[in-house]
Amino acid sequence: MRGDDFWGSFGEKLGVLAIGLAAFAAVVGLVLFLADRAPKKGRDVIQLIAFLAPAVILLAVGLVYPAIRTTLLSFTNRRGEWVGLDNFFWIFTQPNTLVVLGNTVLWVILVPTVSTLVGLAYAIFIDKSKGEKTLKSLVFLPMAISFVGAGVIWRFVYEYRAEGFEQIGILNQVVVWLGGEPQQWLINSPMNTIFLIIVMIWIQTGFAMVLLSAAIKAVPTERIEAAKLDGANAWQQFTNVTVPEIRPTVVVVVTTITIATLKVFDIVRAMTGGNFGTSVIANEMYTQAFNRGEFGQGSALAVILFILVLPIVIYNIRVMRKQREVR
Amino acid sequence: MSVAPVDLPVSKKEDAYQEGWRGTKISRVKKSLTSPWATAAAIVIAVVWTIPTFGLLVNSFRPADDIRSSGWWTIFTNPSFSLENYEEVLFSSGASSANLGSYFVNSFMIAIPGAIFPIVLGAMAAYALAWIPFKGAGWIFITIFALQIVPLQMALIPLLQIFNQVLGISGTFPAVWIAHTIFGLPLMVFLLHNFISQIPHDVLEAARVDGANHTQIFFRIILPLSVPALASVAIFQFLWVWNDLLVALVFSGGTADVAPLTQRLAEMVGNFGRNANLLPAGAFISIIVPLIVFFALQRYFVRGLLAGSTKG
Repeated sequence: MRGDDFWGSFGEKLGVLAIGLAAFAAVVGLVLFLADRAPKKGRDVIQLIAFLAPAVILLAVGLVYPAIRTTLLSFTNRRGEWVGLDNFFWIFTQPNTLVVLGNTVLWVILVPTVSTLVGLAYAIFIDKSKGEKTLKSLVFLPMAISFVGAGVIWRFVYEYRAEGFEQIGILNQVVVWLGGEPQQWLINSPMNTIFLIIVMIWIQTGFAMVLLSAAIKAVPTERIEAAKLDGANAWQQFTNVTVPEIRPTVVVVVTTITIATLKVFDIVRAMTGGNFGTSVIANEMYTQAFNRGEFGQGSALAVILFILVLPIVIYNIRVMRKQREVR
Repeated sequence: MSVAPVDLPVSKKEDAYQEGWRGTKISRVKKSLTSPWATAAAIVIAVVWTIPTFGLLVNSFRPADDIRSSGWWTIFTNPSFSLENYEEVLFSSGASSANLGSYFVNSFMIAIPGAIFPIVLGAMAAYALAWIPFKGAGWIFITIFALQIVPLQMALIPLLQIFNQVLGISGTFPAVWIAHTIFGLPLMVFLLHNFISQIPHDVLEAARVDGANHTQIFFRIILPLSVPALASVAIFQFLWVWNDLLVALVFSGGTADVAPLTQRLAEMVGNFGRNANLLPAGAFISIIVPLIVFFALQRYFVRGLLAGSTKG
């Protein structure tokens, strides 16, 4: 009976999938076909619209409009009345929310820096070494795992049993082997934030490593040869030739990881629920808005996230502009 | 650098020769010193990175009582394996059973269109922004790029209201597909634009001279040339959608008809103590597909990344 249910709904789902894919192909195909058949005069403009419109419309409705609404909400209280900057004063005066802000800064400083540095070091260490592919796979693997899956994995690593009992978490077992006392890694503040950050670093390092390794391999060998002939040692070759060559990739890597770090709340949610002083802005926003119904305060936290990330975006836009000028 | 006096090249050459000779000697010595350390450091990193996952894999094959009472490393001195956790998670029936089979199918249902839709629309937009000259292209691109930073949490409630009140599709697969398409688009446009804008000018110019219009150029030149980049972003987007929790939580309705594996697993984590024996097997079922995708397409993936995300 259960088996029949499963296969019945499986067939139904396959049908939905086929219809969904076919409908999407039909819409895109039709839009481009019609644009193709437009009168010669102005065809370029119509084709431009056909190419750009689907993405722009979706983003306008699904991201821009909601972002604007959320910004307006940040100036209102839970009853929807206009309260000016009250929510922002609240954020910057509560000891609780100040901890949240501090944690977020810690995350955004540590995760991109450590992930990129470890990823870069690892990429260099294993470059052209035996078994490079396998070594790469091992470090990249966590990137493929969901935050929820990573949460399960690290909950077992950090698992605590009182002193004298047999430990089932590897970290506490190592501490015991070294003669120490088992610790409640996820409960003792402020170190517990660091232990959550380690999970994110564990996930992101592989991403940095794969991109940077690819960039390192793309550095023209003639330039390294030339540097060698000029008498540069390994470190000088690295800082004078490799680093400038891979700089654009480093920018992409750091930006991507920073943005991912700011948006992530799954790890905090899955491992501590934001308790014990581990909350970050993204998690606190969810807690305020969805658990407590404080949409104004939640929205204000979202706006602060925007403001924090603005310098990164501006820097990247500058780099992009420069690259375009070169082209 | 460019103001070198005329007589300098000679001495410089000598310098370079001497330094080069000394340099290679130093670097040779250095290399023989640093190489073992570098290798050792690499191995340490690899081991540290692998142990957590390896431990969970071992645990997933241990009897339930063992998981609760001893660490996975005791398997080396006291080996005992069983498949009972997998059986229970996948096949056991009853009100409190994990029933992961159905959620497994749902994850595919969500991840396949969730990867295809944003890539197609993203590639189209990236092409238009890179190769159809018009006023404001730069600003639109920058705006789309900047949208990457809009936290999902900001968009959830207004979007859910649109799905509920205007389209009436919340709690269905299309709702989840559209949400993933929207949230994936900024990064897809950004990455594909990086690649598409680097395609040599001459190639497109020649096609234009031959009378090809934008649709033809897009399908006959851009897409074929972009296959490595498309493949790599496809893998990334597939993995992100497969691994997503937040979008699923809000738009899937949370039932076994639509909700993905991650959502069920997150529910199980909520009762960590009670589910400690089922979680390792459950987690492995949820990460097996990403691992297969990753290992099967790794070479393609790295090649695509090289083309898509670096300037080359």
